[in-house]
Amino acid sequence: MRFCTVTSPSDDTDPEKIPSDDPSPPAGLYIHVPFCASRCSYCGFYSTTDRSRLSSYRDSLKREMTLTAGEFEAFDTFYLGGGTPSVLRRSELEEMIEDSWKVFPMTDGYEATIEANPGDVDRDFCSFLRDTPLNRINLGVQSFDDDILAYLGRRHHAGEALAALDAMRAAGLGNIGLDLIYGVPGQSLESWMETLRRAAGTEPEHLSCYELTPEPGTPVGERCSSGEDRLPGEDLRFRFFMITSEYLESMGYIHYEVSNFARGVSFRSLHNMKYWNHTPYLGLGPSAHSFAGNRRWWNHPSIGRYCSDLADNRRPVEDMETLDEDDLRFESIFLGLRTGEGIPLDLLNVREGDPAGELGSPVLERCLAGRLLEISNGRVRPTRRGLALADRLAVLL
Amino acid sequence: METIRNFSIIAHIDHGKSTLADRMIQHTGLADTRSFRDQMLDTMDIERERGITIKSQAITLPYLGRDGKNYTLNLIDTPGHVDFSYEVSRSLASCEGVLLLVDAAQGIQAQTLANLYLAMEHDLEIIPVINKIDLPAADVEKVMEQIDSELGLDAFGSIPCSAKEGIGIEDIFEAIVTRIPPPRGDSTRPLSALIFDAQYDAFRGTVVHCRLFDGTMRAGQTVMFMHNNTAYRVEEVGRFGLNREKRDRLEAGDVGYLLAGIKTVSDVSVGDTITDEQRPCAGPLPGFKEARPVVFASIYPIASDDYEELAVALEKYKLNDSSFTYQKDSSVALGQGFRCGFLGLLHLDIVQERLEREYDLSIILSVPSVRYRFTLKDGKTVFIENPAYYPDPTTIIRTDEPYIRATMMFPERYLGAVMKLCIDRRGEDSSISYPSPDRVELRFDLPLASVIYDFYDNLKSITQGFGSFDYDILDYRESSLVLLDILVNGEKVDALSQIVHRSKARERALLACDRLKEEIPRQMFKIAIQGAIGGEIIARSTISAFRKDVTAKCYGGDITRKRKLLEKQKKGKKRMKMVGSVSIPQSAFVAILKSDQA
Repeated sequence: MRFCTVTSPSDDTDPEKIPSDDPSPPAGLYIHVPFCASRCSYCGFYSTTDRSRLSSYRDSLKREMTLTAGEFEAFDTFYLGGGTPSVLRRSELEEMIEDSWKVFPMTDGYEATIEANPGDVDRDFCSFLRDTPLNRINLGVQSFDDDILAYLGRRHHAGEALAALDAMRAAGLGNIGLDLIYGVPGQSLESWMETLRRAAGTEPEHLSCYELTPEPGTPVGERCSSGEDRLPGEDLRFRFFMITSEYLESMGYIHYEVSNFARGVSFRSLHNMKYWNHTPYLGLGPSAHSFAGNRRWWNHPSIGRYCSDLADNRRPVEDMETLDEDDLRFESIFLGLRTGEGIPLDLLNVREGDPAGELGSPVLERCLAGRLLEISNGRVRPTRRGLALADRLAVLL
Repeated sequence: METIRNFSIIAHIDHGKSTLADRMIQHTGLADTRSFRDQMLDTMDIERERGITIKSQAITLPYLGRDGKNYTLNLIDTPGHVDFSYEVSRSLASCEGVLLLVDAAQGIQAQTLANLYLAMEHDLEIIPVINKIDLPAADVEKVMEQIDSELGLDAFGSIPCSAKEGIGIEDIFEAIVTRIPPPRGDSTRPLSALIFDAQYDAFRGTVVHCRLFDGTMRAGQTVMFMHNNTAYRVEEVGRFGLNREKRDRLEAGDVGYLLAGIKTVSDVSVGDTITDEQRPCAGPLPGFKEARPVVFASIYPIASDDYEELAVALEKYKLNDSSFTYQKDSSVALGQGFRCGFLGLLHLDIVQERLEREYDLSIILSVPSVRYRFTLKDGKTVFIENPAYYPDPTTIIRTDEPYIRATMMFPERYLGAVMKLCIDRRGEDSSISYPSPDRVELRFDLPLASVIYDFYDNLKSITQGFGSFDYDILDYRESSLVLLDILVNGEKVDALSQIVHRSKARERALLACDRLKEEIPRQMFKIAIQGAIGGEIIARSTISAFRKDVTAKCYGGDITRKRKLLEKQKKGKKRMKMVGSVSIPQSAFVAILKSDQA
């Protein structure tokens, strides 16, 4: 197959550069594949196990691509998420990627990720990936502890994850990310450290370590709200967070967002970073979210509704919102404070270099004195302890 | 005048006064059942909810007696709470008789007695009415016994009724016309009228409610308010129907209203005497008192931007409540606000609730205080009701606080517990009497400060609802007072400062520290809460820091969901007050306010 690329309008390769500062930064493209072989007991994302709707989904997606073509000038990230994209047949994946590349031109040096379930990744799958334009794979490992995997309702075992990682390395795939979960009811710090050690041992380029969030309507969510299961207390959650950050940084990873670690700036997830700094992104597929300028819209979280709208040649948009200046500012603050880069000082209406005590914000003063935040190069950056309090900091500032 | 009857209904709280008034209005056909809103006379939401009357109301009821005569019955509804006893006395002074309402299940209570004594002082004809006879727990026999032995009234003259079910209403009307004497007075003599209430009307100014004893009043006449020494030209007079009913004139014996372009109710004093400027009466009617606030607290807007709005709301509120006072006040911790005076704690509650409900304001109240008296070394005496103005302790030679005489009635089995409560509240000079075998009337002199918080609530809970409470302000007595400050992270929260009795300071400080610890949510840093007298720390508590407060994910690109969550938290934070870098929720101020006072 042939995939065309276009050249990026700006040749800015400084990884510290914040894409949103660019006058028209390339957008991100997300495709939601709402199919899973089985539902995990904690997952709140939209997906179905009913494969009979796959072909109408594929038709609809094609139509959605056509309807949204040209809306964004250029793209430099592609993300195939879900759901479980790796449950699709090779030919189906191939066609989906090919269609997308035809409609949405990718600039040079793009990042293209696929999410995969360890059980679906073997040598065959890896060599297939090498023939596609995809250049990054994110593996849903979640844990190397089989008891925890069982609790989470995952289909794979720890051994399968290790085998998948071996296969990817053997195939020469060079940009691998792992997803891990901590703070599972009953999980000890020791068990989590063991998972972290084994994960780091495989030397992935990227690690996402998410604290388990009980989503309403999921089995885990229900068990936690009924009191049947108990999430770790705030103190233990803090220690999970700190130990994760300390350990991974000692292993050479950059803690660049609350839950994300990269083995070097160039391995940060370019696509996810767009979500955090108001770079435009286009989301296709049921429940996918899009953003451009000051508008955000999202598709129906229902495959039926998604397909029927597109069958009528209608955009399957459930709702949209327009963000005013205050909304955008508040988003910049809370999203920025989740990242190691923090936020520009002027976002808080205070100036660097003012004598201490005159920043005009007692909360900021207190956070600086208490080493939750630091100021450097005109930016307010959260420290490690500050990242653990990012939501609250955003609310208070 | 022979067919006029002026009467009031007096009762202990919850004995069904408003329900009876409503039923009587309905009976006369003034309001048909369909358009009838329950408890017509209690027009404010709060009144209806709490089941108490806050403002007096009056209504004229037409009644065709069994003797074939058309009567004019003026019902003057009175407030039903000790905070408003002066207003009650002025309403009663406008009547010739009262219906003394007694709950058939609960029997005689303290306010029943207090109101009865008031009625007796005014020499009124008293008709006992036993209400709620439909209740399963009703014991009419026993209540009749009490009426006989405790009230010394003729129990056989009492009328059983159920205002709720409409039973006995006709009998009550007949008793009013046959037993209550018609007003005496002379329309040819100089005008003499008693003001028993004043209400604000946005279009017409103050509506003065009055009872004419002698003389006549008509539009165009120039009248004099004797105590206030102001003259007005009368614009309109009339009677009270369901709405105001304009008339040519009011005559001796009438109850009605007058409009004279009076701007605010504060220009009118309840209890004042109206006379004719040209032809004044010999002297004012007796019993005039100025309604003076006894409880003081500061009100602050939670968001300092709301200060102007609060100022406007208070001004509007004040239009209709002359006993409420306010002036500017400012707090280091809470910013600009107002120091307000209230007749009592219920009055304070009502003002707070109305400001929040009708004016949609979020406010914080400081700890209520009474007015203390300080004698200083330089011989001066100062009255302080705001802890912010507490004198330099080294200059004080003597401190005094106001006392009340509390009268409580309850079944004898609770005597021990109530005694303990009163002694704990620094009560003294008690006396006990037994108006009937199993009923105790306990009198205690108590510091006003010790009852303004939750004394009545405590009394009710100790006596399982059987205890009743009434009080009179007595005098100032010497007392050992100190200023208790509350510090949050070393910063004094001046709005939480309180003047307290020395013996209770530590207890009070500990309680405040504990309450604040419960109410202030954990924050990013450790918070130290301290109670201090002068520089001496006498109580402390600590709130540990919150360390993990960030959600793991941003839900793919669904930033909207995340923002909405955080915006909600932000809103919650807006309802908090920043003191230094600590956010203190409104509930923390309220918790201190409600804590046991000694």
